[in-house]
Amino acid sequence: MAEASVSRRRNPFEGLTIGAVLLEARAFLALVVIFVVFSLLAPSAFPTLSNIIVMCQQVSVYAILAVGMLVVILDGGIDLSVGSTLGLSGMVAGLALQGFPVGGVVLYPPVWVVVVIAIAVGALIGLINGVLVARLNVAPFVATLGTMYVMRGLASLTTNGLTVNNLGGRGDLGNTGFEWLGFNSLLGIPVGVWILLLVAVVASLLLNRSVYGRWLYASGGNARAAELSGVPVRKVRVRAYVISGVCAAIAGVILTSELTSAGPTQGTSYELTAIAAVVIGGASLSGGKGTVRGTLLGAFVIGFLAAGLTIVGISAYVQTVFTGAVIVLAVLLNGIQVRRRRRARDGAGSPPAPSPLPPSAADNGGSVSSALNNKAV
Amino acid sequence: MSEQSRSTRQHGGAPVLSARDVVKTYGATQALKGVNFDVHRGTVTTLFGENGAGKSTLMKILSGVEQPTSGRIILDGEEVEFVDTNDARAHGISIIHQELSLAPNLSVRDNLFMGSELRNGLGVDYKEEERRSRQVLTELGLDIDPLTAVSELRLGQQQLVEIARALLADSRILIMDEPTSALSATEVEILFGVIDDLTSKGVSIVYISHHLEEALQVTDYAVVLRDGAITANALAKEIDLEWIVRHMVGENFDLGSPPTGYDFGPVALDIDELSVADPKEPGRLLVDHLSLRVREGEIVCIYGLMGAGRTELLEAVAGRIPTAGGSVRMHEGEISRLSLRERLAAGLGLVPEDRQRDGLVQTMTVGQNISLASLGTFVRGLFVSRNLERVHTQDAIRDVRVKTAGGGALIGSLSGGNQQKVVIGKIVSTGPKVLLLDEPSRGIDVGAKAEVFKLIAERAREGLAVVFSTSEVGECLSIAHRIVVMRRGRIAAEFGPSTSKEEIMASSGEAVLA
Repeated sequence: MAEASVSRRRNPFEGLTIGAVLLEARAFLALVVIFVVFSLLAPSAFPTLSNIIVMCQQVSVYAILAVGMLVVILDGGIDLSVGSTLGLSGMVAGLALQGFPVGGVVLYPPVWVVVVIAIAVGALIGLINGVLVARLNVAPFVATLGTMYVMRGLASLTTNGLTVNNLGGRGDLGNTGFEWLGFNSLLGIPVGVWILLLVAVVASLLLNRSVYGRWLYASGGNARAAELSGVPVRKVRVRAYVISGVCAAIAGVILTSELTSAGPTQGTSYELTAIAAVVIGGASLSGGKGTVRGTLLGAFVIGFLAAGLTIVGISAYVQTVFTGAVIVLAVLLNGIQVRRRRRARDGAGSPPAPSPLPPSAADNGGSVSSALNNKAV
Repeated sequence: MSEQSRSTRQHGGAPVLSARDVVKTYGATQALKGVNFDVHRGTVTTLFGENGAGKSTLMKILSGVEQPTSGRIILDGEEVEFVDTNDARAHGISIIHQELSLAPNLSVRDNLFMGSELRNGLGVDYKEEERRSRQVLTELGLDIDPLTAVSELRLGQQQLVEIARALLADSRILIMDEPTSALSATEVEILFGVIDDLTSKGVSIVYISHHLEEALQVTDYAVVLRDGAITANALAKEIDLEWIVRHMVGENFDLGSPPTGYDFGPVALDIDELSVADPKEPGRLLVDHLSLRVREGEIVCIYGLMGAGRTELLEAVAGRIPTAGGSVRMHEGEISRLSLRERLAAGLGLVPEDRQRDGLVQTMTVGQNISLASLGTFVRGLFVSRNLERVHTQDAIRDVRVKTAGGGALIGSLSGGNQQKVVIGKIVSTGPKVLLLDEPSRGIDVGAKAEVFKLIAERAREGLAVVFSTSEVGECLSIAHRIVVMRRGRIAAEFGPSTSKEEIMASSGEAVLA
């Protein structure tokens, strides 16, 4: 058939849709505008290599959280517990470095074991979220709101609210080197940024190339159709939350290392920044739409904006206003785009049927509020 | 009752509402092809026609839900254009949809006044709303408290609430789309009483129903619509059921014939005493101890009216909804305890009735939709092999003859018929031994229908056992080797391919012909 031969010349899966590319291009343009504007306002401070590296390092924690959040949002859910998960796994890492008293002796696990334990904690929290949402049918917002409180409480309970400061380890115990994650660089680039890159590449492959990724997009796009196609929708959902929990734990370990201390309030309200990054990156809160690239761009837009505003001396309060405005603007543009595409399709398109696409209200992202954590630069 | 009042209704005079040369197109599909339609004051005009004939489209245009592509709407001699349903309602035209549009969480009273709440100085005048609600409910013979939540009502009662809402809006023209499908016999009597009452007050009714006999009781004018054009109209007292059926089904568009020249294989699907309970009324069985055997290569058509249990039967066999008893077997043995996913893996695929809601993932491309159910077979190592997937997708697009710009096109860019082929292609890609299709022709035009049926017939010839359901009698007499008529969850009759439409319709309870 003629149509088939046309498609043979073109890779039908390349670049997915024009709309998706445009959405990402928008976030990219925003990033370019931010970069140019602040470079003009603070030519000696903003566009320097050292500042860019510092900004990237700060963004990496949020971006790793956001990638995990993206996976959950693609499924049509939300994970409000990532900030608390970050805090708790950071605490667990900090405490593990102090050693475990076992029957009179204290065991000091090496740093890699500490990291594995912290990540396992994140995975476990994700599993709890996933089971609550997928098996017990608790609404994602409520389930993860609950775990958000519980995990924050547990993080405080581990030390009665105290911060764990001594993370250096001791050479004779063989558990030194934790600070490497937060302070060292490879080829001039901080380890945290390398880890972000690794997370992003793995997530990209998972979403674009694996069966799981396709199942995730299908479940988020239309769970009923996915189920009738034999997609194990519940299993896909549970795993999405586990992935988010693991990402949060990785971010927790990096942040703890950067701060050289583990505090129970670490990562408070980071979940909202992560959601904002995903939304700015063009993902739809109703599921099925979004990319890792877009999410990274979203995280960098938020991070660079905050850093730039700080450098030019704008107060943290004003920064928060700016960030909120950017989020709303991004989602507004998203809504316009979706409406235009739908109109184009209805004009040329399909027979009368109740539109299965979510109404624009759902596309416009519900109640995403801004809570950018203003870390001093 | 209605017999008498019908003869006393005044006919003639200028029409209140007219459609002139109304055309409605959806993409490449022409749903209405220049329709002229009149509604006279104080009469009941009934639209007869098969599914997809364009009845609902015409009603949507008259009630402002949709706008015509071309043509005029004339109300009281003046040309009008309705922006939306509210606009139409302001002109005195209300529609009662087939699908209910009530808010189940709200009370009957709040539903009745939804969008047109009565106000006093303090806000909503609940007292007055309640008083008027009681009044209109009494008129309809509904013994329910206005403060009851709608979710607590039976479906039939909910439908009457919907009618009550239209009455409260003081509509001059009331469009009723299948108002009796969920009503009991007594409720139908009450409804017909209300219709008589309304027409005597000068209200005009446009009525749509698949229950031809029942509809004929209240009808003054009968209008028959087929394939988007009006094929006949007459005074109800001058016609009979045979006249309606003859004009409804018309000449046969050739939808194919049962594939021949081979022998059926062994029994591929064995449904034994299968029952499905109504989730809303657990005592009632939607599928009632039904048994059916389908052999390899055989095509079975299941015909039945709305609510006969066709969808429930197919979904229960596919493992989507729980059964209340009975068993389903395939070659390999009992599958009743398997999940939908496991049944699909065992070779039993379902093409769902509502392809937008259950068949397609709108956010994905044509190719991704086609490969969704068989993705596992393209995995090499950790990842889906894009090459294998692309080759397969292209083959499938060619096999099921999807007209698309390619696998990368968005699913929304396809016409209904091509979307349906994508859903079929997706399930066929899993290599099923038994294929269930729930109304595979729903919402697609007649040419696409023939193609879809041809596809199914080709697969049957290769040994696939096929069960498809339909609510269009013409489709029974296409590719099916055997026609099974369902009525109230049971098999009412079975026919061979040489039966007639009249026989099928008679056994479904649609029309009993002399």
